[in-house]
Amino acid sequence: MADLTMPHVDAVIIGFGWTGAIMAKELTQAGLKVVALERGPNRDTYPQGAYPTSIDELTYNTRSKLFQDMSKSTLTIRHKPSDQAVPYRQLAAFLPGTGVGGAGLHWSGCHWRVTPEELKIRSHYEERYGKAFIPDEIPLQDWGVSYEELEPHFSFAEQVFGTSGQAYKVNGEIVGPGNPFDADRSTPFPLPPMKNPYSAELFKQAATEVGYHPFSIPAANASGVYTNPYGCQMAPCTFCGFCSGYACYNYSKASPNVNILPALRQVPNFELRAKCDVVLIETDSTGTKATGVIYVDEKGNRVTQPADLVILGAFAYNNAYMMLLSKIGTPYDPTTGEGTIGKNFCYQNENSIAAFFDGDKFTNPFVGAGGNGIACDDFNADHFDHGPLGFIGGAPMWVNQAGTKPIGGGPLPAGTPSWGSAWKKAVKDNYTHVVSMNAHGTNMPDRENYLDLDPDYTDYLGRPLLRLTFNWHDNDYKMANFMVDKMGAIAKAMNPKAMKVSAKKPGEPFDTRHYQTTHMGGGVIMGTDPTKSAVNRYLQSWDVSNLFVVGSSAFPQGLGYNPTGTVAALTYWSAKAIREQYLKNPGPLVPV
Amino acid sequence: MQPIKIALAAFGFTLACSATFAQTAPDPTLVGQGQYLAEAGDCAACHTAPNGKAFAGGLPMASPIGTIYTSNITPDKSAGIGDWSYDDFQRLMRKGVTKQGYVVYPAMPYPSYARLTEPDLKAMYAYFMLGVQPVDQANRANGIPWPLSMRWPLHIWRWFYAPTAKPFVAAAGQGAEIARGAYLVEGLGHCGACHTPRRITLQETALSDADGPSYLSGGAPVDGWPAPSLRNENGGGLAGWSEDDIVAFMKTGRNKHSASFGAMNDVVVDSLQYLSDSDLRSIAAYLKSLPPKNTAAQPYAYDDTATKALLSGDASTRGAQAYVDRCAACHGSDGKGYEGVFPALAGNPILQTDDAVSAIHIILSGGRLPGTKTAPSYFVMGPYADVMTDQNIADVVSYIETSWGNQGKPVTTGQVAAIRKTATPVNP
Ligand SMILES: Cc1cc2nc3c(=O)[nH]c(=O)nc-3n(C[C@H](O)[C@H](O)[C@H](O)COP(=O)(O)OP(=O)(O)OC[C@H]3O[C@@H](n4cnc5c(N)ncnc54)[C@H](O)[C@@H]3O)c2cc1C
Ligand code: SF4
Repeated sequence: MADLTMPHVDAVIIGFGWTGAIMAKELTQAGLKVVALERGPNRDTYPQGAYPTSIDELTYNTRSKLFQDMSKSTLTIRHKPSDQAVPYRQLAAFLPGTGVGGAGLHWSGCHWRVTPEELKIRSHYEERYGKAFIPDEIPLQDWGVSYEELEPHFSFAEQVFGTSGQAYKVNGEIVGPGNPFDADRSTPFPLPPMKNPYSAELFKQAATEVGYHPFSIPAANASGVYTNPYGCQMAPCTFCGFCSGYACYNYSKASPNVNILPALRQVPNFELRAKCDVVLIETDSTGTKATGVIYVDEKGNRVTQPADLVILGAFAYNNAYMMLLSKIGTPYDPTTGEGTIGKNFCYQNENSIAAFFDGDKFTNPFVGAGGNGIACDDFNADHFDHGPLGFIGGAPMWVNQAGTKPIGGGPLPAGTPSWGSAWKKAVKDNYTHVVSMNAHGTNMPDRENYLDLDPDYTDYLGRPLLRLTFNWHDNDYKMANFMVDKMGAIAKAMNPKAMKVSAKKPGEPFDTRHYQTTHMGGGVIMGTDPTKSAVNRYLQSWDVSNLFVVGSSAFPQGLGYNPTGTVAALTYWSAKAIREQYLKNPGPLVPV
Repeated sequence: MQPIKIALAAFGFTLACSATFAQTAPDPTLVGQGQYLAEAGDCAACHTAPNGKAFAGGLPMASPIGTIYTSNITPDKSAGIGDWSYDDFQRLMRKGVTKQGYVVYPAMPYPSYARLTEPDLKAMYAYFMLGVQPVDQANRANGIPWPLSMRWPLHIWRWFYAPTAKPFVAAAGQGAEIARGAYLVEGLGHCGACHTPRRITLQETALSDADGPSYLSGGAPVDGWPAPSLRNENGGGLAGWSEDDIVAFMKTGRNKHSASFGAMNDVVVDSLQYLSDSDLRSIAAYLKSLPPKNTAAQPYAYDDTATKALLSGDASTRGAQAYVDRCAACHGSDGKGYEGVFPALAGNPILQTDDAVSAIHIILSGGRLPGTKTAPSYFVMGPYADVMTDQNIADVVSYIETSWGNQGKPVTTGQVAAIRKTATPVNP
């Protein structure tokens, strides 16, 4: 173990998931010499996704082969500021990625664009429902960037990901049976929508019957052969069902590894170093300029990597963690509401319904793909009148059949014992005769949901762990129950023999033992006011102008949609600002 | 486009000023052209070891008589060829005789390089003297046991079998494009080194089409991968491929019929992808001009019997069942694969001959389609050695060799067992 210093580079990227890979491509294309540092190991379709060994639930999902190694580092969790936080030791509620590709190697593929209203959520709600509608404990704020500004980047990200879907409106013209609530698009999806499994078809019919507007989920799982703008190729998805939590064996699911890395391997001004855990962004004596980063390599060496530009793309809350460790920006204080780093942590408010059918109706839940399915957006964003409802936010509803596997198992009717012969019989009777649907709701920020450094626990390098203070609040319970009611109408229209509704009950705390989603956001939020946000509209740190923080950490509130489509567009937007403005004239892109 | 310009400009220059080449000093203006030619000749394939320094040698090559290590051809004065004159260089390239006076093993394709023109050799000399970093890495002793390790029999081999060094002359009536293709294929490209059968005494049975139709009619396995026929013939040759298909294959390692694997990968990555489009076209035109050796073979025609059976749920034979379980997701129930991504098995040249070694080998070891500049995606088929028995593999190879109109032959478990002994899993 030694202290080493590497030769200077133009840009260093922390993390090689979706954001890191996009930045690496954009910055090398601009001629910069770029090094990406990834804490986890090298990973690729082969061997991690090689058929048939990748089709193994015990190894990959149950024993978390691809997820973050919690024995080295994790975060602590508590429900409220007065609680003692304890480490999240067993993965369940969320499955953070590690290694080359990040969570982008084992995500599902639902690929969305945030709605225009959500980007200006405070102004929009104030305008439609009045200032008093937003409670004090929900620190809503606008993002500082508009849908129109992001649109070209949404479009390009879809081309890069090879997204399958049906557009509704392209350049003002209605082009087909897409999502009628969608904002205007400049391009159709690069691939046609995926086929529907039977459950999705049932959902589509039922949703239409009750007057909703079903459409195909935009999926970054290829519906055909595809070559993206970088020349990277994809093969058509086989609906293998081992998608979320797995590396795709078939080059069908978009990932940094399949859609970007092959092109980066052809450029000489890029280097990817795996097993390099960044411990600090170094700043100069003024604290306003980053000089590079320090990382610990595989052998335990402490290595300095000097760079002119630092890109932090370590995933949602990890971005806040790195800012806190590096003492950049002011940590958020929930008692005063002041400070920005760690503020507005937000998540996803998932609620579900399972509809059970007789033995002659086969729903075959073993087939499926991560981004596949049918959704309706009638109760997402602000597509419905919130006035009388008293909550903020919404939820897309869908059948997103990603493959039900033997260990995780599928839903069983209410009242089924959790073991023994009655359980076995219920599994047998129901496994192939059930339709699961979700209301994938927003989670609004709350003054008491935030991130800071844990005073008690440390990780394998002696760093304090990140501490997450998080719980569901009134807004979440109200929305959850409204959504399952609306989705219940769809389920009932399918004429099931039984239904099981799982919705958050008022007062029920956040439960880390059950999968929610891995869609966390906030912590290093974007905005127009340096006292209320950590990064400006270009994701540039207000405090250190040669540091850009990319990822869902920038989201001031949670989205109904899955985040990555918006994360990718924001990253391209930020990269454009770096290329076209920052490199010409390094310094703050927005006056502080 | 850049390489063509360099090549053509340099040609003009060399023709006009050939008198100035009397002296032996390397000409710095020729380095770029020399580099292009060194890529065309794929010198790196043998003279750069995996993870080794460029052109420093040390790559082990299995030969029937033992392991040969390639030599350091960097301009290092002691370890490499830095003190070689142009004359030393051209003698080695054309006659296989080193500066020290011994004859190199015929793994070095000097019989092909004998065709190189003087200007091209001058350019390559300039590149190796001025464009390559010297590396002080001593050559490794070959692992060939005495008495086979004696070099003097190689002199005799050379006298008997290596042709008299003479520059390339286009065959009568050959147009400029085909002539250029012939020059590249028969000369620098040394395609025949793998794709032409060799006699027991190691020399290729033909060094050009003029020597007879065995030229490029398919060669013995290289690292366990038989080299297919490159002649315009049915039954495993290029009859079903258009010139565009051949160009796409050379440039990207893939086309609508097939994908590169095994020993061809390095040729695509280190050499062919750098050739100019016009040189690739010339090569394709030349290969398409080679008449069949195997005149009895019938053109491939797709037959949908197997496809219909699979699509109707009938996988009743062991081969069909193994195919559905292991292969169909990528290669399709119709055997057509997915263009540019997963190669077709229906009509694939390697499944049209009696030789199933490649098919068996790729199932045991897996295969890698490498990325190139214009097609950066690399696709890996994982190895099946651990999950399929000899019987499973024999069943499925027999199935793919004989389904969809393919003209191959069923194989035995014995053939699989033999190849299994040396098959190693594809590298990540
Ligand atoms: C099972 C699953 C399913 C999902 N499905 C969907 C979906 O359908 N749709 C959707 O939109 N989103 C989905 N997501 C979320 C999606 O994966 C993320 O939004 C996306 O990967 C975020 O990209 P990122 O670059 O911000 O982070 P990541 O892809 O996680 O990459 C961050 C990288 O940074 C590395 N890193 C962290 N700290 C350090 C450090 N200190 N030093 C060096 N490296 C570091 C990590 O190891 C990681 O590789 C899913 C996630 C999971 C786990
Ligand atoms: S469902 Fe499709 S995209 Fe997902 S892992 Fe399987 S083949 Fe890949």
